[in-house]
Amino acid sequence: MSIIKAKQLVHEFIRRDEEGNVESITTALDHVDLKVKQGQFIAILGHNGSGKSTLAKHINALLAPSEGSLWVDGMDVSEEENVLSVRQSAGMVFQNPDNQIIASVVEEDVGFGPENIGVPTDEIWERVNYSLKSVGMTKYRNHSPNKLSGGQKQRVAIAGVVAMEPKCIVFDEPTAMLDPNGRKEVIATAHELNRKKGVTILLITHYMEEVVDADYVYVMEKGNIIMEGTPREIFSRVAELKQHRLDVPQATLVAEELRKKGVRIPAGILTREELVEAILKVKK
Amino acid sequence: MSIILDKINYCYSPDTAYQIQALKDINLTIDDGEFIGIIGHTGSGKSTLIQHLNGLLKATSGHIYVNGQDIYDEDYDMRDLRNHVGMVFQYPDHQLFETTNFEDVCFGPKNQGLDRQTVELRAYEALRSVKFPEDLYYQPPFDLSGGQKRRVAIAGVLAMKPQVLILDEPTAGLDPAGRDEILDLIANMHKELGITVILVSHSMEDVAKYVDRIIVMNQGSVMYDGVPKEVFHHYQELEEVGLAAPQVTYLMHELRSQGLEVDLDATTVEEAAESIVKALK
Repeated sequence: MSIIKAKQLVHEFIRRDEEGNVESITTALDHVDLKVKQGQFIAILGHNGSGKSTLAKHINALLAPSEGSLWVDGMDVSEEENVLSVRQSAGMVFQNPDNQIIASVVEEDVGFGPENIGVPTDEIWERVNYSLKSVGMTKYRNHSPNKLSGGQKQRVAIAGVVAMEPKCIVFDEPTAMLDPNGRKEVIATAHELNRKKGVTILLITHYMEEVVDADYVYVMEKGNIIMEGTPREIFSRVAELKQHRLDVPQATLVAEELRKKGVRIPAGILTREELVEAILKVKK
Repeated sequence: MSIILDKINYCYSPDTAYQIQALKDINLTIDDGEFIGIIGHTGSGKSTLIQHLNGLLKATSGHIYVNGQDIYDEDYDMRDLRNHVGMVFQYPDHQLFETTNFEDVCFGPKNQGLDRQTVELRAYEALRSVKFPEDLYYQPPFDLSGGQKRRVAIAGVLAMKPQVLILDEPTAGLDPAGRDEILDLIANMHKELGITVILVSHSMEDVAKYVDRIIVMNQGSVMYDGVPKEVFHHYQELEEVGLAAPQVTYLMHELRSQGLEVDLDATTVEEAAESIVKALK
């Protein structure tokens, strides 16, 4: 069964003037079809304003479809009574960790969500324990969040989402504000949750290197999905991606540059290891 | 405009239990027309450092000389300093507030006390130099894409005609093409306007590609200061403090360890490809 299924999903932002007359309509999602299976690691690429975040906000029922439908874990997000359960099934991690942390002690912040939905105290602590463990932040449970690094704060935010036991987590540019180490930590945590707990992951990012290990990639433009495939399939279309204001991983770029210079490197190189291997083969 | 930092120390909440020494004995000379990148993990003191350069923070001890004048002198005109050192904060596009893009760019020069005509001329000039599309000049800023908003924000600082332009992660949150456009723009302004540019960034690839000099901050001190190739030689040490070298650097080191005689100094994609081709011949 698909955990997320969009069928001809449309979202229009309608702007009205003071009298309430429609001034302009922006179509942010334009008949999107999408199916994500439970346990997949999905990446979504697209330039600024392509509709990625609008799509993400639908999965979390922060926005409701203008037309078409979206099901999360079998629940129609347009149905008012489903909203709360949809938000429990699909957690969300945003760009800025400072906007998501509210408590003054790490463990309280992680327990905030479960407490709000009336989880019994013993179970809250249980959830806090394993959530912190799953993001590798147990050591910091009694710390104040504002003394943590960006990557650590973002991991606390992720633990807060994990404590709600979602089947699926949407990461909306979770690393945009982090330093290289923080970026690594957060992406590794997402993969770990996917592998060990089978949580479905949707990762929205502008960093091409973070996409390399995903199961499947969607590329959005003008509210539409214009490319989809495995990372290898997507990143072998260098020229096309650049046209859509995107990029490819640096290893792929070097490979492409080498091919242009007449070195026989195969297409579809994604990682440094693959590139090193390919170059050494040429040398022989 | 030369800036000299002489034994700068800065403490947040001094004499309390929360005292944090954010800068420790910083000595730096920034010459006219330099293009500098500042890197460092979160909390390393980058932002604290740049806020000293236009007097937003006052050092707990030490001196800063701008064009030979001590900015902490009693009769030094701080307003004058801020007119010459322009600062583009992180996510500057969140700070757009006027009714039109053009008016937003006018805000800075207007506050400098210039007459309306000069203000408008400066705004035109600034918007042109960031290549902002003319048909959007009189539109509200709120409907723009992230990249366009950021252009308006940068133009707003440029319109004050700074001699030193400091940008705190100007490309955070932009798509790859937007990133390249903004950085190309900055590099161009550096070349054409001859202004000093200081770029704070988390992207080692960007820093390697654009700047002439890198300052690495770690725990409030300057860890390295030199040309990119020199600094990225220390890629293992950089990793230990939460940073990294450009990915190309790792590629070159791996190839070398596998017996291919490539140039370990390559930091950009083009340099790497060239050196690999050479080594394969």
